Amino acid sequence: MKRLTAALTAGLMAASMVSADPVDDTLVLNGETTIVTRIKAPEAVADVFDEVISGWHFREEETRAMQADDFDNPGMIFAELGEDLWNTVEGSEDKSCASCHESPDNMAEVRPGYPKWNEDAGEVRTLEMQINDCRENRMGAEKWKYTGGDMVNMTALLASVSRGRPVNVAIDGPAQSTWEAGKELYYTRFGQLELSCANCHEENNGRMIRADHLSQGQINGFPVYRLKNAKLNAVHDRFKGCIRDTRAETFEAGSPEFIALELYVASRGNGLDVEGPAVRN
Amino acid sequence: MQLTRRNAILMGAGAALAAGLPFSVVAATGEEAIAAFTGGAEVGEGDIKLTAPEIAENGNTVPIEVSSDTATEIMVLALGNPTPAVATFKYGPLSASRTASTRIRLAGTQDVMAIAKLADGTFVKASSTVKVTIGGCGG
Amino acid sequence: MAEDVKPRVKVPKSVSAGEAITIKTLISHKMESGQRKDDDGNLIPRSIINRFTCDFNGENVVDVTLEPAISTNPYLEFEALVPEAGEFKFTWYDDDGSVYEESKKIAIE
Repeated sequence: MKRLTAALTAGLMAASMVSADPVDDTLVLNGETTIVTRIKAPEAVADVFDEVISGWHFREEETRAMQADDFDNPGMIFAELGEDLWNTVEGSEDKSCASCHESPDNMAEVRPGYPKWNEDAGEVRTLEMQINDCRENRMGAEKWKYTGGDMVNMTALLASVSRGRPVNVAIDGPAQSTWEAGKELYYTRFGQLELSCANCHEENNGRMIRADHLSQGQINGFPVYRLKNAKLNAVHDRFKGCIRDTRAETFEAGSPEFIALELYVASRGNGLDVEGPAVRN
Repeated sequence: MQLTRRNAILMGAGAALAAGLPFSVVAATGEEAIAAFTGGAEVGEGDIKLTAPEIAENGNTVPIEVSSDTATEIMVLALGNPTPAVATFKYGPLSASRTASTRIRLAGTQDVMAIAKLADGTFVKASSTVKVTIGGCGG
Repeated sequence: MAEDVKPRVKVPKSVSAGEAITIKTLISHKMESGQRKDDDGNLIPRSIINRFTCDFNGENVVDVTLEPAISTNPYLEFEALVPEAGEFKFTWYDDDGSVYEESKKIAIE
């Protein structure tokens, strides 16, 4: 594959898409924890994929190695900043996250199940929404900006303690209508380029779009540390980037459209382990 | 291509033109960086190794490693960058090896060079071409 | 002082006397190159970590000059000799005059 990519960058970047299979490799974190990065396709995509594959397999060797070690992974320093926030007392109730939840390790079961139906609120909530609900109603603190630095650092912390546990979002029951709205968005062509999520990530994953190796668009690694901007990127910001690249007006982070899309895309990766904060290009 | 100093300067010039910068400024900077390090001494081949990926997925974060058995100092240059200097490692009495790894920014496909000052006062260099992928969509 | 600057180092807790160890360091820092422009087209002033040093019990291990071509969140890895028990001291020097320090003790097995 390396040679293929080399040939492409050497100037053979034709408009046609060239096949470049995902790499056969195993992600072992810190030489200890084996992460499930490919698995039999879950129900939501069983009709289109045999197997779902983490974006990790679509990256070059150096990028894959950077994620395999917690020190080499620059995303982990932001998870550590998230841990500082976890222990910071804020708001009218004089509480930190730790006041109720104690160790972040106690939250290991949380990330894999979000977005998730909240019975009391009568809505599907993302992890960000739940964090802000905690801040507002339990801590009496100000909400964080949906994809702001503090929020992304906190979601990085919560993802990091769930690494090695499979994504498992519910798509039936009260969440079903939101999931269906997300599915509709996934297959809707946007922008002047008239591209849907599916055009790239379902129909052409594994191929090169110019110099880029298209993945399945799985989100089990979010928030991701991108080499491109050398920071953690929240999943809704990534959605925005994708839609912007179709030359469309995009939805806002935290909008009902992106909440639905997140639930749907997460369900396409049910069974893949949580990897966040992952490292991507 | 044998990476001579002359070629290095020419490459710097290419980058300067590509960046729309005045020729003399950048070419001089590349040459000056080398001259300041070597004091104008001859730079040969030998005890210096540079490891860099053949293809960098993104030029913003490119892992590299330098190693030598007898270097006292190693300078790294990215000859195609607007300013070629990257880093200089000076090894103290408690360094266990003359190696170092870091992550660097490359403005585009180019040669990365490591120049080592060896314990005997001579200079050696090694270089490696890194292709930087540009032109995906990548969000 | 730049925001959210957090140094991080990885050093083994113990080692046999005279043995070599690998040290990894990372500091969260923007490493603003001085080459970029903001949305209004104004050059964003350079603001980087320009020097890093590692010393052990007062003796130098490595002294690194960093330029704007070093990536955001600068990462450095190198090897050190540990002749006796003691303390590593790591220092990062910011363009704005700030100095960030971290230290790690190491024992002899």
